[in-house]
Amino acid sequence: MVADVAVPRQHGASKLTRQRTRSAWIFIAPMLIVLALVAGYPLLSTMYYSLTDRLLIADHDTQFIGFSNYLYYGPDLDNYDEEFDGYFVDLIEQDAFLIYRDDGNFYDLDNVDPDTGDLALYEGEVSTSDVFEWHGVLVDSLWWRSVWNTVTFSVISVGLEIIIGMFVALVLNANLPGRAVIRAAVLIPWAIPTIVSAQMWSWMLNDQYGVINEILLSWGWIDARLAFTADRLLSLPSVIAVDVWKTTPFMALLILAALQLLPGEVYEAAKVDGVHPVRQFFKITLPLIRPALMVAVIFRSLDALRIFDLIYVLTPGSRDSMSMSIWARQNLIDFQNVGYGSALSTSLFLIIACFTAVYLVLGRVSFDQER
Amino acid sequence: MATVKLENVTKSFGELQIIKGVDLDINDNEFVVFVGPSGCGKSTLLRLIAGLEDITSGDLSIDGAVVNDLPPSERGIAMVFQSYALYPHMTVYENMAFGLKLAKESRESVEGKVREAARILQLEHLLDRKPKEMSGGQRQRVAIGRAIVRNPKVFLFDEPLSNLDAALRVQMRIEIAKLHHDLDATMVYVTHDQVEAMTLADKIVVLHGGIVEQVGSPLELYHHPRNQFVAGFIGSPKMNFIETAVTAVDGDGVSVSLPGGENIKVPVDGSDVQVGDKVTYGVRPEHMIEVGDADAHIDGEVFVVERLGGDTYAYVRAEGADMITVQTSGDSHVGVGDKLKIGVSAVTSHLFKSDGAALKLNARNPMADARKGGMLDTAPGPKADPH
Amino acid sequence: MSRTARKLLLKIAFYVLVIFIIIYAVFPFYWAINSSLKSGTALFSADFLPPDPAWDNYAAVFRGQPFALNILNSVYVSTVTVVVSLFLAVTAAYALGRIRFRGRGLLLMVVLGVSMFPQIAVLSGLYEIMRAIGLYETLYSLMISYMIFTLPFTVWILTTFMRELPKELEEAAIVDGATPWQTITKVFMPLMGPALATTGLLAFIGAWNEFLFALTFVGGDSELMTIPVAITNFSGASEFESPWGDIMAASVIVTVPLIVLVLIFQRKIVSGLTAGAVKG
Repeated sequence: MVADVAVPRQHGASKLTRQRTRSAWIFIAPMLIVLALVAGYPLLSTMYYSLTDRLLIADHDTQFIGFSNYLYYGPDLDNYDEEFDGYFVDLIEQDAFLIYRDDGNFYDLDNVDPDTGDLALYEGEVSTSDVFEWHGVLVDSLWWRSVWNTVTFSVISVGLEIIIGMFVALVLNANLPGRAVIRAAVLIPWAIPTIVSAQMWSWMLNDQYGVINEILLSWGWIDARLAFTADRLLSLPSVIAVDVWKTTPFMALLILAALQLLPGEVYEAAKVDGVHPVRQFFKITLPLIRPALMVAVIFRSLDALRIFDLIYVLTPGSRDSMSMSIWARQNLIDFQNVGYGSALSTSLFLIIACFTAVYLVLGRVSFDQER
Repeated sequence: MATVKLENVTKSFGELQIIKGVDLDINDNEFVVFVGPSGCGKSTLLRLIAGLEDITSGDLSIDGAVVNDLPPSERGIAMVFQSYALYPHMTVYENMAFGLKLAKESRESVEGKVREAARILQLEHLLDRKPKEMSGGQRQRVAIGRAIVRNPKVFLFDEPLSNLDAALRVQMRIEIAKLHHDLDATMVYVTHDQVEAMTLADKIVVLHGGIVEQVGSPLELYHHPRNQFVAGFIGSPKMNFIETAVTAVDGDGVSVSLPGGENIKVPVDGSDVQVGDKVTYGVRPEHMIEVGDADAHIDGEVFVVERLGGDTYAYVRAEGADMITVQTSGDSHVGVGDKLKIGVSAVTSHLFKSDGAALKLNARNPMADARKGGMLDTAPGPKADPH
Repeated sequence: MSRTARKLLLKIAFYVLVIFIIIYAVFPFYWAINSSLKSGTALFSADFLPPDPAWDNYAAVFRGQPFALNILNSVYVSTVTVVVSLFLAVTAAYALGRIRFRGRGLLLMVVLGVSMFPQIAVLSGLYEIMRAIGLYETLYSLMISYMIFTLPFTVWILTTFMRELPKELEEAAIVDGATPWQTITKVFMPLMGPALATTGLLAFIGAWNEFLFALTFVGGDSELMTIPVAITNFSGASEFESPWGDIMAASVIVTVPLIVLVLIFQRKIVSGLTAGAVKG
């Protein structure tokens, strides 16, 4: 036989694989295009607007202002004076009214330069620390308050939902007669639209005619009717209570589904070994449903962090229960300040993105499992 | 005419090489069975032939043409899946007609082919049923029917009987053998069941860890295993292996010592071994014989007895061997605790070197080259017309 | 305490818990029905049964505002959104669920990421787009913007359903010579009827309940409003007094069909929700 080193022929992907890969991209393309148009492009424009001073007013020229919406040291941008093309500054100590222009100089509003007919430079000494302040999202106390509100809301309501949801799921998982009725009852809050449930609860929590006040009074738990949705201390707890009522069913169903996937043999083995039911729950059930719980928690947390509708309807205008989304939309639409509102929206987006990234890394959640 | 030829075929999933260079020739009308333990790559090899997986390197030819790059539907193959993979929403007729309709065959032609296949498989009365309304055996037949209507050059079977119960499995095994005979088609069949392999195959391919351990007729593998793996894999119960050492070598064979101290001279080619080499002595449970006819003996004590009715298996512990399986007749009175003198014969003994390779037997067993049992050509039954 | 007595006590405690759960879940809805049937000053009493049940509030709902139109708007917007989403999602889900290709994991992350998007983050961008292309204050603006959550959601859930279909079925189709498109339309779609119904229903509920976009894009025109916006917009006799009877009646009107749907499909809904989440 001729000594001939056989080099194995290397093949690329076969026709079938190439055809399937090509089809995959063709099949995904329409979805990707739509997502790019309804999500990608608007997100990028929001981010871009956050770097401008855009207003909703039609005849306002939009200018690129860098990160000034986020953090900016200078005059109050709201005091822009179109007539003098600068920012109005009240120098209280020297009893002077000045205009600060982009060239970095202060002009005296009461002193017109005869040569140019324009305002003259202010002759006094101006200490910038007297007239300038920090502005922007990062020093916006209402923003940080809404962040605090939202995070408090998310942590407490998701925590309560897990605990109550676990109880409900364990009850549903117990083999008792009429299980279908209980499950149907539990599904009702989930089926009711958020806005509708917000309205139902604001009626029940009404400070004058609400049934909750009525019941608490008749039981003697309170002496006077409470303004649940308007009170500084009660508005956020009220929001949490309604959210827990509305979303616990979702949590309970997810946990129930996870419970029902557990192998019965494990429990039979535990029973044979004489493990106490409480110990059994913490040592067997909880570790086994942990992955499902982790996924449910992230779904619910992301949902809670962007909460808008419930708060908007239940406690309108309250700063004590204002969420990040509410404050962003208020700036965007009500104050017509697209630039600043976009900066708030972008900040919210970044907070949620960071939270998700951290959670995914810590939780080692994989989304491309072959099963 | 349909031959399949594999030349140095490999398959890797990422870094993991599943098929490590397989060369194989499958002749026209041959029934080839891939057999091996789970994870040996037998199913992957079949899927490479089918075109459901890409070949990483090497060539696959069907009828002399390299088909590496052809999609399954253009390779002239048909496949019967383990789970049948019938389309649940289609009737039996639609299931069988689906591929033909996709190929845009005329209605008359589709109808003719489906009816013919249904006739061969006795499915005519079931053509309007949905898969869920049929038994496992019937579904299996529909899956085969779906393959037949394609009139393929090569039939591929992926463990087609493993979802059936034992009785039905035997029946379908016979039907597949008959079908092979009637259709005169090339068939490649994957199984982990060595009884299926032994009974159906013209040629068995034993796979292990992604390489071909041995290719040969069933009885060739049984009588002349090329290595210890094949020896252990083919045959049931498994061949007994006893670690020992060479005591003498001459032109007639190699002598080794057995538990209990006796020597046996096995008639193999000893040019590769020397006195003192560690070797493994192998003998099948069914080749244990009466003391009087034996060439040597092993003394041991029975610790478990399994009575199967026709046969009895006695598990024996001997000095230097943990467990020796002995097959005796069903009416044997052997009991637990009995001292047993096991007789072994030189001609049914095997020797394996420490690397597992078998020492070549001096004489070839006449059965190793015997014609496959098969079926009489005059057997009744329809003969499918390939066109 | 004897063993049996303790067992009995445990059982009683358990059933008290069960009854408490049921009351907790159902009472607010019951109270809405109760209030909606009270007219006049009876509304302000805390009677647990309407003393004099009347349909006045229900009639008022349709008199005070174009509520029938609002319902139609919601049905129209949600239906179109869901149908388009399902159409786009089926092919994408097939590709993501059944075809191995580079970038699939990343795409799944993107899809999931978009479904978790805070909607406020795209609000100003979308708002400007809608105004630029003249869709501001039209129902089309809602159909388009709702895609942002219905599309990823349907893709994600259908992908999990697709993965559950047996692999051999698809391979049989490949051997039979089916193209990917034929595999979807002739083999998978007929098998996915229940999955499509479940996914569609869940997406429908999502679109039906949406508030932020609707408030922003059509909140200024009572004839274009969807139900959630309309319900927050009910005005009473005076500015400071909400017409609670009407609001409760409207709430009951829009909730009853949903509850009926959910109760009919409850098993499927549970499987749909868990397909999206538990097996993530």
